[in-house]
Amino acid sequence: MQHVVIIGNGIAGITTARHLRKLSDDRITVISAETDHFFSRTALMYIYMGHMKYEHTKPYEDWFWEKNRIELKRAYVSAVDTAKNELQFQDGSSLNYDKLVIATGSKPNKFGWPGQDSKGVQGLYSYQDLELMEANTKDIKRAVIVGGGLIGIEMAEMLLSRNIPVTFLVRERSFWSNVLPKEESEMINRHALEHHVDLRLSTELDEIVADEQGRVKAVKTKSGETIVCQFVGLTAGVSPNVGFIKNSEIELNRGVLVDEFLRTNIENVYAAGDCAEFREPNGERKPIEQVWYTGRMMGEVLGRTLAGKQTAYKPGNWFNSAKFFDIEYQTYGWVWPEKKDDESDFYWEHESGKICLRLRWKSDSGKLTGVNNFGFRLRHHALDKWFKEERSVEYVLEHLRDANFNPEFYKQHEQEIIHQFNSENGTQLKLKKKSWQRILDFVS
Amino acid sequence: MSQADPSLSISNPHPDKTDAIQKAGLALAGLGLLTFFLAWGNVPIPKALGLAVALGGIIIGTTIYSWRLYKNEPEGIKNNGVMFKSLTSRGVIGWTVGVILTAFYVLLYWFPEYLGYKESGANEGFVALFDPLSQFFKGKPASQWFMYGTLYTLAILSLGIKFLLKYRGNSYQIKRTLVVIAAQLFLAYLIPEILAGLNYNDATNAQGEYLGYYDTDIKNTWPLDYDYFYDWHLDAMQEEAYQPVGILYLIIGIAMFLVFTPILTYYLGKRWYCSWVCGCGGLAETAGDPFRHLSSKKLSAWKLERWLIHSVMIFVFVMTAATIYGYFWNTGEVFGLNIYNNFQKPYGFLIGATFSGVIGVGFYPMLGSRVWCRFGCPMAGYMGIIQRFKSKFRITTNGGQCISCGNCSTYCEQGIDVRWYAQRGQNIVRASCVGCGICSAVCPRGVLKLENGPDENRTEAPAIIVGNESIEVAK
Repeated sequence: MQHVVIIGNGIAGITTARHLRKLSDDRITVISAETDHFFSRTALMYIYMGHMKYEHTKPYEDWFWEKNRIELKRAYVSAVDTAKNELQFQDGSSLNYDKLVIATGSKPNKFGWPGQDSKGVQGLYSYQDLELMEANTKDIKRAVIVGGGLIGIEMAEMLLSRNIPVTFLVRERSFWSNVLPKEESEMINRHALEHHVDLRLSTELDEIVADEQGRVKAVKTKSGETIVCQFVGLTAGVSPNVGFIKNSEIELNRGVLVDEFLRTNIENVYAAGDCAEFREPNGERKPIEQVWYTGRMMGEVLGRTLAGKQTAYKPGNWFNSAKFFDIEYQTYGWVWPEKKDDESDFYWEHESGKICLRLRWKSDSGKLTGVNNFGFRLRHHALDKWFKEERSVEYVLEHLRDANFNPEFYKQHEQEIIHQFNSENGTQLKLKKKSWQRILDFVS
Repeated sequence: MSQADPSLSISNPHPDKTDAIQKAGLALAGLGLLTFFLAWGNVPIPKALGLAVALGGIIIGTTIYSWRLYKNEPEGIKNNGVMFKSLTSRGVIGWTVGVILTAFYVLLYWFPEYLGYKESGANEGFVALFDPLSQFFKGKPASQWFMYGTLYTLAILSLGIKFLLKYRGNSYQIKRTLVVIAAQLFLAYLIPEILAGLNYNDATNAQGEYLGYYDTDIKNTWPLDYDYFYDWHLDAMQEEAYQPVGILYLIIGIAMFLVFTPILTYYLGKRWYCSWVCGCGGLAETAGDPFRHLSSKKLSAWKLERWLIHSVMIFVFVMTAATIYGYFWNTGEVFGLNIYNNFQKPYGFLIGATFSGVIGVGFYPMLGSRVWCRFGCPMAGYMGIIQRFKSKFRITTNGGQCISCGNCSTYCEQGIDVRWYAQRGQNIVRASCVGCGICSAVCPRGVLKLENGPDENRTEAPAIIVGNESIEVAK
C-alpha cells in the first residue's frame, strides 16, 4: 500500500485525494498549514460580509475525512527531500511518502512597491489573509485597493459591506481590460460607480506611506496624488506558492513544472492546481491556470494517475465565471479583449446597461468561438456541446432559448438579441422554441 | 473572528445608515407592536382605533422601513451581516424573540384566557382588541383563533412586502411571494371570514342551536388539516343550513388530496403548494426569511428528517383511518381503543399544536423557518414522495460552474446540502425541496435553475463533470 502525501488542502489537493480514494486503497495524507479542513476559497469574501460563517464554506462535514480514510495533518512543510522521499516540517518533524503531490496554490503578488510590507497592507488569498483583513479593517476610514481584477473588485464589495469607503486604483484604462472587451469592462466600471466605489482608472500605485508605527497612512499614485487611507489591498494577481521547494531537486519556473500527466521532473512527485506550470500549455490556455475549475479538473485527472490509471490533463472548452457586485458573468470558449483578425463579433446590451451578450465566431466558417454573458445565465452543457459540434453563430442564435438558464419567469431577451443580429448582419434568423429534447441531448 | 457592529436591521446592505425616514418607519411599526402589548396589559385604549393603529402601523411602518432599506441599493440580494446580527445568528435578541414566540403559542393553544379570550362573557386584553374586526366580519366577538389568523395574515403581508423589496430583482421570487401573500390574505383569511359572516360555516340558528364549524380555508388540505375527517367536521360540512358551500368544501377537500395534489406535484413539484400557497410556507417564506439559514445541513439532520416526517405521516394516516372507521361504523372505538383518547387527542396535542405551532414557529430564531415543513408536515411528506419518485421537477445544476462556495446550502431553509449535488454536477431531486428558489437566487455563478422537464434521468450523476475531456466516458 503506497503512501500518497498531498501538500495543500485546496480544491486541487482535495479533489486529487477524493478521486484517488475512489479508485484505490492507498494511504492518503493531506497536509495544510492553513486550516484543518477543506473549505471553499472562493467563499472567503462571504465570510467577511457576514453571508456565511467559516463552517458554511466547508463542502464536506468533518467526519467525511475519517470515513474516507483521508488523513489530515495540520503542519507547514519547510522543505522537501526528494532523495529520501521525505518532507520536513517547520516544527522539526518529518514524514515519508511514496508519492508526493504539490498543490499549494498561490500567494498574492507584490511588485516591490515602497512600503508594501507596512501594517495594514495585504492581499487576499488564504484564510489567514481573511483574519488579517478582519483585524486590519477595524475602525478604518478609507481603504485603497490596488489592481483591477477579480479579487480587487471582490475586496471592494467586501469593504463596502462594512461601510468602508473604497478607492480602487486600476492601472489599465478600464476594469479588467486585459481580459474583458471594452463594453463589458465599461459595464463593470459603471456598476462599481453605482456602488459608490471611488474608481480611479489609468492610475498606478507609486508608493505606500507608513506612519511611525509602520502602519499605512496613505498611498501615492504615479500622478502624484496622495490618498489618505488606513488599509491597502494588494490584488494585482497571484503567483505560485512554491517558495518552500526552491532548494529541492524539483524543477521550478514560476510554478512547479509539470508535463501533461502533472508529473514533475522527479519521478514520484506531482503538482496540480494554481502552483503547477505546464511545460507545454494546452492550446490557448496559459501555462499556469489559476482558476477554481482547472484546479478541480487537474485533481480529477491526477487522482486517476496516482491510482495507476495514467491520465493526461485534457481540459475541454474553456469556461469561467465571476460576479461583480450584482452582475454575474459567465464565459464559454475564448473571448479576447480584442477580436482576432479572423473572427467576427456581435455585442448586444440591454437598455438597463447591466445585461449583455457577446458572441465571437470564425468569419470564414461562421463557427462559434466564444461567448460572454453578463447579467443572465447560460446553460454550460449547451455551449459546450455547440462548440464540440462546431455550430455556427446562426445556429446558436436560433437555438439560444435552449441555453437560457435564468430562473423561471425572467424576462427573455432572445428576440431582441436575434433582431439586432439580423439587422446588423442582414440575416433572417428566426428564434426556435425551447426544446426539452435538445436540452436532454446536450447532456447525453 | 470579530463581528461587525450590530444594527437594527435584519439583513441590511448598509448597517449603520439607518436614516430618519427608516427610523420613523421602525417607530411606526414599533407603535403598532406596543399597542398590542398595551392592549394585552388591559390598558384602556379605544379598541377600534387601537387595532387600526396596530395593524396600519405595522404594515405601513415595515413597508417604509424596508423601502428605504433596499431602494437606494441596486437590485441584487445582499445578505450582509446576517451571520453577525444577534437576531439572525442565535444571539440574545434571537433567543428573546424565540422565547416570546414560543410562550405566545403555549398561551394560544392551552391558556387562551391569558390572552384575554373569555369563553363566556366579554373578551379582555389582547383578544378583545380584535373584537371590532370580528364584529365587522361576522357580528360576534373575536376568538383567540380570529386574533391569531389576523396576526398571521399581518405577518405574511407586512414581511412579505419586505421580502418583495429585498428580492425585487428576481422575477421568480416576486411572483411566488405575491401569490403566497394573496393565498393567505384571500383564501385563508378574507374568504373564510366573509363566509362566516354569511353564516356558511360557524353559525347558530334562530333557535339558538349551534350548527357546527368546518374549515373554509380551501388550501388547508388533509393531511395537513388533520381534523378534516373528524365527525364534527364532516357533519358540519353536510349541515343543511350551510349548503351548497359545505358540500363544495367537502368535495374540493377530498379532490385536493386525491386528485389535484398528485397531478400538480407531478408537473410542478411540491413547490406549487409549499412555497406558493401554503399558510405555513407563507409565513416561513416571509416572516421566516431572515432565519432560513439556521436549518441544519448535517447528514444526521437529513436522517432524522426522513424518520420523523414519515412517522408523522403514518401517524396521521392511522389516526384518520381510525377516525373514518369510527364515523361510518358509528363507534368511538377501534380494536378496543378509544379513537379520541388514543388517536385524535395525542395527534392534536403532539403534532397539531406542539410540533406545527409551538416548535414550528416558536423556534424560528433557533432552528430556522421550516422545522415543521421539513420534519413534521404529513402533506409535505406525501408530496415529497411524489416529488422524489415521479415528478418533472428538479433543480438543474449548470454543468461545471459550481465553485462550492456554499451559499445555496447555507440559505436552504429545508437544510438540503444543495452544494453537495451542485459541485458534482448532479441535479437536485429531494423529497424535502419546497422550491422556494433561494438557492438559485443566491448562487453567485448561475449554477442552479428550478425547472420542470422530462423526468427521465432527472437524478443521474454525470460520470465526469462537463469541461474536462481527460476521461473517456463509455457511452
